[in-house]
Amino acid sequence: MNETLIYTIAILVGLGLAAAVILYFVAQKFKVYEDPRIDETEAKLPGANCGGCGFPGCRGMAEALVKSDDISALYCPVGGAATMKSVAEYLGKAVAEKEPAVAVVRCGGTYGCRPRINTFNGARSCLVEASLYGGETGCTFGCLGNGDCTRACNFDAIHMNPETGLPEVDEERCTACGACVKACPKQIIELRKKGVKGRRVCVYCVNKDKGAVTRKACSAGCIGCGKCVKTCPFEAIALENNLAYIDPEKCRLCRKCVAVCPTGAIAAVNFPTPAPKPEPAAAAQETTIAQQEGGEQHA
Amino acid sequence: MLKTFRLGGVHPHDYKLSRDAAIRIFDIPASVTIPLGQHIGAPATATVQKGDKVRVGDVIGTASGFVSANIHASVSGTVTAVDSVPDGANLRKPAVTIAVEGDEWNPEIDRTDTLVKECTLEPKEIVARIAAAGVVGLGGATFPTQVKLSVPQGKVAEMLIINGVECEPYLTADYRLMMERGEEVLVGCEILMRALGVEQCYIGIENNKPEAIKHLNDILSTGSYHKGIHVVPLKMRYPQGGEKQLIAAIAGREVPSGALPIDVGAVVQNVGTTYAVYQAVQKRRPIVDRVVTVTGKKLAEPSNLLVRIGTPVSALIEACGGLPEDTGKVINGGPMMGRAMANIDAPVTKGTSGVLLMPANESVRGRERACISCAKCVEACPMGLEPFLISKLARQGLYDRLERERTADCIECGCCAFTCPSYLPLLDYVRIGKAETLKIIRARQAK
Repeated sequence: MNETLIYTIAILVGLGLAAAVILYFVAQKFKVYEDPRIDETEAKLPGANCGGCGFPGCRGMAEALVKSDDISALYCPVGGAATMKSVAEYLGKAVAEKEPAVAVVRCGGTYGCRPRINTFNGARSCLVEASLYGGETGCTFGCLGNGDCTRACNFDAIHMNPETGLPEVDEERCTACGACVKACPKQIIELRKKGVKGRRVCVYCVNKDKGAVTRKACSAGCIGCGKCVKTCPFEAIALENNLAYIDPEKCRLCRKCVAVCPTGAIAAVNFPTPAPKPEPAAAAQETTIAQQEGGEQHA
Repeated sequence: MLKTFRLGGVHPHDYKLSRDAAIRIFDIPASVTIPLGQHIGAPATATVQKGDKVRVGDVIGTASGFVSANIHASVSGTVTAVDSVPDGANLRKPAVTIAVEGDEWNPEIDRTDTLVKECTLEPKEIVARIAAAGVVGLGGATFPTQVKLSVPQGKVAEMLIINGVECEPYLTADYRLMMERGEEVLVGCEILMRALGVEQCYIGIENNKPEAIKHLNDILSTGSYHKGIHVVPLKMRYPQGGEKQLIAAIAGREVPSGALPIDVGAVVQNVGTTYAVYQAVQKRRPIVDRVVTVTGKKLAEPSNLLVRIGTPVSALIEACGGLPEDTGKVINGGPMMGRAMANIDAPVTKGTSGVLLMPANESVRGRERACISCAKCVEACPMGLEPFLISKLARQGLYDRLERERTADCIECGCCAFTCPSYLPLLDYVRIGKAETLKIIRARQAK
């Protein structure tokens, strides 16, 4: 009895010692040196692992930050400028200042202005619906409303509004990681610079059909009339394929385009006062509609 | 024991409501809209402009690549627009709109009904005539026929297989063609055999069409056709009309994963295509019309119509008794592989084998529930795939794992979704996965 006990203990201790010695040498032999700064850098990153930087998580970003000499092209959208600054200070490298951005859903086709002409009965996924046909409304460019973007968001920052059928971005939570941009099969969501106090002017439409076709499908669509292009004093608006696009770099937020847009496709958000009145030449009635619709949808 | 394929498959009820309706020539509409992309591959390049006068059979679009096909005017008249027009999926695609004036044909075309049996053309000339006529796979896949007939170097065609299976429920266009144009179809077989240099031709027909089997056998027994043509009765089973399934059923050969039928020495053509080949080679008649089955349980007159390409689908429905009140879905094609139409004013194209009206109660999918791991989809898959796994991977965006699951082999027959007791949208996601897998494969090949 006692003997068994002693043998067992002796053998196990012997095995353990032998294994420890072998493992020690193996570990020495196959030792991988890892820069301790990677761990330190990772600790400074937000740890969201969202992939918004283009790397497979914060660890990947940290490695890239430590290894590359020039980190000016790397940017953590979640941590923003503050995080990048602290990382740069720690590593002694220079980073580019980037303005904070936010995801913008460029579709204003609510249930009210975009009548449904058929019912989609397949899988509730925008990707599936877009692969099959043009969608439930006459507009084949607009939001399909199945919420692929909401499922892609890691920050709970984008939600479907059941009343409009469109996703809405929570600007406080949005980190501009770009997950929703990638998830949207219709390329409706765009990362635009947040602007001072979140004030922005944007064309809430991506429809490239001719004006008459767009108007038939949706009352809030861009019909490519070009009024905004002519009105803009800063040449910030370009019209291509029957669709206006406001360059956020050139836009000076004067909001003259908002006032002249006949369908309300252009909207200004987060402004305390309504858009300025248009020149007397523009049709007054149309403008009021534009303001109302813009206000309802995007305020 | 009748032949059939080995793996998977399902047994939907065949509902061939229009089987006894003889092919009726449909009136030429007031205007037609002819899409330039009616085939797999690059859309044709328009060669006409607004205001041009065209005759029936004139080329209005030329093939813009190796895998592409010519497009011909199906009516005579004036081109009123070369523009983008919504198709059945309501997506805008380039198309030529022609306002009809009379019915003047290109004089090169032989419009008579006389059977021309003699064909002494060289294989190259045959393929050239087929290409010029814009013949594509009329079973619905619309793959340009001349590409299939151009056997790649180092590969040998041993047999021609003609697909008269029509395994899709409801559709009867190919059946009527075999019954009414049997001689022409058989001459078409001979021409295709000549083009490929093969001595064996098998016409596969399912046993729910005994009249067609008998009819073709009767014609063959006169002895005036090639001795290598055989009619092979097959056991009814969906998707027997799939190229790979048909080869397995008739020749007992399995096309390996990622390979083409020619790799096992077979070339498969549809009955409708064979008839079009006869027309193209013997009569120099391009594809200007096709047989379309218009059917549905509630439809007053299920019919088989010979329709000019570009006729709006809504006009066909009107001619067969109008849209029944409780129609839930209009399907372009058959119930298994066809696509629901979002726009019934879309034109008939070369790939429109049928227009099916489904009553509202049959057109809604069941409520999606959790997968119970019953493996019915695995059992039903004719390609031996695991649809539940592929759809799950595609749903989660794990595209890099899909290639190992042979996702690119999927023929999109829909057996998995048909058989699923939890009504999972399996095929919807498998299709996404297939597209992504093909993207990965193509990106690798491009490197």
